[in-house]
Amino acid sequence: MKETTIPFWRDERVLKWIAQIIFLIIVVASGAYLYHNMMTALAQRGLLPSFHFLKLTAGFDIGEHLIPYSRSDTYGRALLVGILNTIEVSFLGIIFATILGIIIGVMRLSQNWLLNKIATVYIEIIRNVPLLVLLVFWYTGVFLQFPRLKEAKILPGPTYVSNRGIAMPWGKPTETWHLYLYVLAFGLLLAAIVWWRLTLIGKRTGRMPLVTVWSTLTFLGVALLGWIGITLIYHQAPLAIDRPELKGLRTVGGLELTPEFLALLSGLVFYTAAFIAEVVRAGIQSVSKGQVEAARALGLNGFQTLRLVVFPQALRVIVPPMTSQYLNLTKNSSLAVFIGFPDLYSVAGTIHNQTGRAVEVTILMMAVYLSFSLMTSVFMNWYNKKIRLVER
Amino acid sequence: MMNREPKQYSSGEVLAPPTERYTILGWLHKNLFSTWYYTLLTLVTLYILYAILKPSLIWIFTQAQWEVVVANLRLFMVGQYPKDQIFRIWLALDLLAFTVGLAWALFLPKERRVGAVLVIIPLLLASLPFISSYSRINWILFAAIGVAGWALGRWQPKKMRRPLIVLMLGYFPILILLISGFEPILKLVKTNYWGGLLLTMLLAVVGITLSFPLGILLALGRQSELPIVKTFSILYIEMVRGVPLVTILFMAQLMLPLFLPPGMKIDNVLRAMAGMVLFAAAYMAENVRGGLQAIPKGQHEAAWALGLNGFQTMFYIILPQALRNVIPVIVGQFIALFKDTSLVAIVGLLDLLGIASTVLAQPEFIGRQREVYLFIALIYWVFSYAMSYASRRLEVALGVGER
Repeated sequence: MKETTIPFWRDERVLKWIAQIIFLIIVVASGAYLYHNMMTALAQRGLLPSFHFLKLTAGFDIGEHLIPYSRSDTYGRALLVGILNTIEVSFLGIIFATILGIIIGVMRLSQNWLLNKIATVYIEIIRNVPLLVLLVFWYTGVFLQFPRLKEAKILPGPTYVSNRGIAMPWGKPTETWHLYLYVLAFGLLLAAIVWWRLTLIGKRTGRMPLVTVWSTLTFLGVALLGWIGITLIYHQAPLAIDRPELKGLRTVGGLELTPEFLALLSGLVFYTAAFIAEVVRAGIQSVSKGQVEAARALGLNGFQTLRLVVFPQALRVIVPPMTSQYLNLTKNSSLAVFIGFPDLYSVAGTIHNQTGRAVEVTILMMAVYLSFSLMTSVFMNWYNKKIRLVER
Repeated sequence: MMNREPKQYSSGEVLAPPTERYTILGWLHKNLFSTWYYTLLTLVTLYILYAILKPSLIWIFTQAQWEVVVANLRLFMVGQYPKDQIFRIWLALDLLAFTVGLAWALFLPKERRVGAVLVIIPLLLASLPFISSYSRINWILFAAIGVAGWALGRWQPKKMRRPLIVLMLGYFPILILLISGFEPILKLVKTNYWGGLLLTMLLAVVGITLSFPLGILLALGRQSELPIVKTFSILYIEMVRGVPLVTILFMAQLMLPLFLPPGMKIDNVLRAMAGMVLFAAAYMAENVRGGLQAIPKGQHEAAWALGLNGFQTMFYIILPQALRNVIPVIVGQFIALFKDTSLVAIVGLLDLLGIASTVLAQPEFIGRQREVYLFIALIYWVFSYAMSYASRRLEVALGVGER
């Protein structure tokens, strides 16, 4: 009997490859067509893609910078300033939004009718209004409506609250500061050792001590002792208090927070907290009631039940959606441009206006945001793996 | 122990569990003042609430100057859309009312409460003191047409099924044709005259509608066994989801013109729409993928066993079920997109938010930021909240997720 073979035009393996090759040809061809159009258009304008412009002098000021910057610096440095501003606002935003979100999420589950309703109304209002509208309202309607600096509200400190933002006392490093940094590093090391030992003890005896509390206390103790020691020996504290002073039309010294920064940070925090609250609520509700009852039956008290039973289980449900909220916050910080805070997008926009380099600026900007997203999700995936339920 | 005679019930009678009843004082005690720290918490919260609400309410009712909203109402709603062509927007709205009324009668005959919203909201809008009599009449007409559609559906439920599906599928092209016009019957209205709430709505509708086919293709690509197609889909989806929408709008504004062959131009609004579609497609793909993954493997195997090939399995068996399951998620995405359209204001479009800056630049309304932005926030809130409320009710009524 002759063995029948499938003709190649009906062989699925061959067909699959043909389909892929056709797909690839279409993608590459349309990509090449678009690229060709782009290069022709750019050549006409004399703007062939290159990143040399990053070394040219920027010539524009940036209101807020974490690293030294002046208008005679390069475009590259301006971009770096923007990136650092984005990181600053996202980092602080994530911390505050998590705290506020947890508070509101717990309020939402509270037995207290008033707290419960306030949390519900808050969430329903915030979640149904675009963040950009909230930010603009917050900036123009609240922070810019504060009194002028001359009539500034002066809180103890002195802290000046005006439409120029908030100026408040802040620590200023003195000569002994670098010495104190060593003390802090030592404290961190000691705290890590305490953490490690206590975890070991917990594993051996089956009674987990309050690891976080003890290691934090260790660190704080070392920090406090170091502070006192250095002050006694060198007669100078590592940080001196720097108080803002009113000089003419502005304040000098202390920590100055601009209204743009305040509006952006608080807008992001209030907005994201509403979403985080829902995540937290869903997480806590996902732990079945029987778990709590069983824990109480075993004789754990309320706090222990939360710490040892409810929280570890809720965390597993909370972490993945929390990751996407953190990513959203980082991406949403790009709305800063609308209220004039110099974040990455805003600086990149200014650079584009000055140089006309649309393609390069877009590529740089997207690359930076993509790597932010990638880093956040890598970290959160690692954390998620760590707390995941270990099944048999 | 006492043996009480069990009460006799007639067979089959099931009593509802006793409802809890409190006196007012009892309710207060249980919900607000049960322990000393709850009492403290309640009092502190009440004080904070009072401290925030009192000045806000005083401001809203006595100090705020709302003329800026009344004087610019048309600008907020339709932007620069020619005044003598506004009837086209009303026509589109009336058609929508008819379609929704009909759909309600056919698909949810028992759900009365949300159906009534179709009447109550337009009548409420018609009774607003500051709108023109033209709008007033049109809102009443809107409600009447909605009711007419509903009545028609109740009267001829069988016969209206087919026209309804045609209407639902055809609504989007009809809408675009009506708004943009087609020579020689309707005057062309260029997209840069679209503005205000109209533009916001259109951006969201166009974004969700056009991203739908793209999203399905990408989702299928991501599920596919072909490595090249799969890699491409994953790369696209993850890249778009990894960057903020503004950067995509930025790209659409600046790079899209470069990609076009020389001599071809597209205006701002179309560029923004292209950006929205490309952005929404990535999210749509993930939503559809969620639906695809929820289909049990048995469905595939059964389809193969029946002799269907890959395409037939996908289009007749898998996709219809997957898409039915993701309807609520897509409604959620539409609401998110509706809010996200506000970002086009950053690239200089005159949507609801963008037009606010124009209004605030008028010399007689300088310093009216609070009023204007509060009004805009209210509009966004009403629409998003109404949509999410309706979709929640719809989910319950349709029994999505249940079988």
